[in-house]
Parts: sequence; C-alpha cells; structure tokens
Amino acid sequence: MISPKYFREIPQRYRLEAGKCKKCGQVYFPPRLICPECKAQEFENIRLNPEGKLLTYTIIRVGSDIFSLQTPFAVGIIELKDGVRLTAQIADVDLDKIKIGMSLKLVFRKIQDEGASGLHCYGYKAIVI
Amino acid sequence: MKDVAVIGVGMTKFGELWTKSIKDIFVEAALKAIEDARVDHIDSMYVGCMSSGLFVGQEHLGAVMADYLGVSPIPSTRVESACASGGMAFRQAYFEVASGNSEIVLAGGVEKMTDGADVTEALATAADQDYEVYQGVTFPGLYAMIANAHMYQYKTTRKQLAAVPVKNHKNGFNNPNAQFRSEISIDKVLSSTLVADPIRLLDCSPVSDGGAAVILCSLDIAKKFTKHPIIIKASTQASDTIALHSRKSLTTLNSVSKAAEKAYKIAGITPKQIDFAEVHDCFSIAEIVVSEDLGFFEKGGGGPAAEQGLTALEGGQIPINTSGGLKSKGHPVGATGIAQVIECYEQLTGQAGKRQVKNAKIGMTQNMGGSGASCVINILEAL
Repeated sequence: MISPKYFREIPQRYRLEAGKCKKCGQVYFPPRLICPECKAQEFENIRLNPEGKLLTYTIIRVGSDIFSLQTPFAVGIIELKDGVRLTAQIADVDLDKIKIGMSLKLVFRKIQDEGASGLHCYGYKAIVI
Repeated sequence: MKDVAVIGVGMTKFGELWTKSIKDIFVEAALKAIEDARVDHIDSMYVGCMSSGLFVGQEHLGAVMADYLGVSPIPSTRVESACASGGMAFRQAYFEVASGNSEIVLAGGVEKMTDGADVTEALATAADQDYEVYQGVTFPGLYAMIANAHMYQYKTTRKQLAAVPVKNHKNGFNNPNAQFRSEISIDKVLSSTLVADPIRLLDCSPVSDGGAAVILCSLDIAKKFTKHPIIIKASTQASDTIALHSRKSLTTLNSVSKAAEKAYKIAGITPKQIDFAEVHDCFSIAEIVVSEDLGFFEKGGGGPAAEQGLTALEGGQIPINTSGGLKSKGHPVGATGIAQVIECYEQLTGQAGKRQVKNAKIGMTQNMGGSGASCVINILEAL
C-alpha cells in the first residue's frame, strides 16, 4: 500500500507541479498556502520546465543508512528556467566532469526505498544535456 | 525589561561519554552551574536539546531533567531549534528574567549522540525532509554546496578552509573540556577522508555527548552572588528558509546577518568593538561565511582572513572560537549554544587560562540551526 506521506508529494515528484502566485507571479516549488512575498493565498497550478543550470553541487561520499549503498553520488542545487531552485541528484555523469553552470534536465527516476517495507520511492534526478 | 546577568556556569567534558546517560550529563552540568553561582534555588529552567527522541528515544526533557535535578515542581521547558537549541534556551531564560517573571533561571543544553542512532539521518532532520533529505543530501552535503558556491564566487581556496580547523584545534588544545585536545596541520586536514566534496573529515565537527548550563538573574541582585557577573547586552534571533536552495544567495546566511544587525543595534556597538567571538563552526566553511556575515570581514574576505591568522588567539584582529569551537571542543548539538556562553563567561571574567584574550571586555556568541534556517546571537559584556 502506498503511504500518505508519499502520495501527497506525487504531483511534485512525478510531474514537477508548482504554485504560481496569482497576485505577484512568484513560482513556488513545492506549492505553498501563502505567498511569502505578497501574502496572497491564491495560486495557479503550473508544471515546471525541467531544464535548468547547476548553481552548486557536492559529491556525497558518506550517506545516511538508506543511501549508503549508492555512494559516491552527486547532488546539486539547480535553477530551472522558471526561476525555481531545487535540490536533486545528478545522475549518469562522470563525477569529475561536473561543473557549476552546466545545463541539466530533470528526469523521472527511482530515488530510494523507504522504511522497513522497502517501498519504492520515485522522483526527479538531473542529467546533463 | 530588566538588565540580565550570567552569574555562574558549568559543563561536562565533551566527548564520547559511554558511561553516562543523557540525564547524568545534564544534571552534572546543571549542578556545577548552580554550585558556581552559589544560588540556593532556581525559579525556572530551560533545556536546549535537538533530538533526544531520535538519539536516545526520550522526549519530554523539560520534565525529565527537572525531576532528575531534584527541582520539581518548578517550570521546566525544553527548547528545540536544531543545532541552535542551546542558544535559544538561553534566550528564553533571558526573557524570563528580563520580564521580571522569575529571579533566578537556569539555561542548559544537552545532547547524547553516541547511543547508536543513525547520526547522519538524525541530524538531517534539521533540513527540509521532503525536498532536500529525500534526495539523499546530508548535512556535510549542504555545507559542501555552500563551500563550492563560495569558492566559485569568491575564489576561496581549499587551503583557506583548512586554516579554520587547524586554528580551532590549537585553541582547543588548551581547553580541558574539549573532545579533541590535539593539534592538527593543514596537510593533515587536506589528506583526511572526503565526506562531501570539498569537505573532508577534519573540516567536520564531531559526534559528541555533552551538557552545559548557566545561571541567569537580574543585574540588581547579581552582586549578591558574584563579584564578576557578565551582562547580556543583546540577545537576538532570526530565521531563514528551511531549504538551502530556496535562498537568493547560497553564500550568505541571512539569519546570521539579520540577527547580528539587530544585536549590534540593541547593544549600540559596531563589529569592531567585539573583542572575541564564539561562532558555529560545524564545518570549516561555516566559520568563514559567518565571520563575513557578522561583519568582521567583507564578503569573500573570510577565507583570506582565516589563512592570514586574523582570527587567531595570538595576534588576531578578532579571535574566533578560543574554546576550540565545535570542531575541537565537540558539538553535542543542544549543548553547543550554552557552551559558547560559558567560553564568553570565562573570557570576560579572566578565567580562560592559556586561552585568555587580553583585555576582553565584549564577547559574542553565534549559534545556528540546520544550514542557517535559524540563528541566535548574544552580545555579552564584562561589568
């Protein structure tokens, strides 16, 4: 059975759904109930453009227990074309070739197995374009 | 608001305290502080602790610690703000005394991290669980991303980062309560194991057990207990987005600069008037960024300043982390903010021994949670 904690985030993790403030136009990922900029509470549901560039990154060599079998792996902060910034793993890449400023695209991938039941959890990772 | 003073302090040694429980650790520190302040009672207490639930499976710490300290039924409150829990507990105690609601209040902090929990996972709960930790990011990973952004933007070098733990170990060598009383070299830092590039093992504060406590009272009655109270000139706090990626700048900690700005204004001083500071060096890059955001150096100047010895005890422009900092003294997360106040107390009362800053009159503490989503700053002055 799918867990509530997991299915609540599916629109963001599978489809990159974000909230665009109807008053000031600021885009939030994940969506929020109130806009920190203008305090409006009405949002339009939009899907983010999956392309963007790398702002910073690291190679995780020591992971928490559930990620320990995946190390070393790269994670970075990516600014998407809509201006939204998010954190994602950078997959299918030579770890020595990662550079700040490189163009990346978010793709659908398995992220982790959750808890004792080992529930498969999916979401986005970035690949080089 | 009344003026508030610190009149006594106590802490355990920081380290791997296998034979002591979280209760033993807190009570030992609290009893030392009570004895040091020579008070015959406390009216109320605060316990800073990040995650006793994950580390030892015990919540409800306010009541637990009041019971084991033998002071029930006084009010006792646990305060949590990740790694800034201790500093926040101190600030709550400050307000309780300043308001006139209580006369004598204990502010303590504790963490027991070596009882077998997945420490990386427990500490990561201070980040955004759904949008950072879900992707596999760790705390060293978050600060590593700050480091890479800082190195990219300001040309900060790997060697400049290494100057921070080398200096802090040198200071901690003279602190009897420090976890690591050993000096290290730049080469040793640069050849230690990579944890999250560019952060290496010797850039990281350790996993520690430890407790710390201080006694606060109004300045009016402080002289009854000690000849050398220190006065709290300002105690400020600020917050920022929980996720690092949501911030406009990845190389500035906004909660630090905002809390500092307010603290300087309340105390009526400038950064130049601070004689020494205890800052939150959970990783080498943190001390560098914080030394800039507190206004000691311009943006991008933190790395060169560390390398040139401007933050050293001897000959420094502003000695930082004379206690050894989180890196050498140890980082039992909930106790850290209180231990920073204790170093200020020892410096301002001339009890810091070989770590003594000459003519120390005004000290600062800076304690932050997560990747800087919360920050508390105190300015303390010798009376």
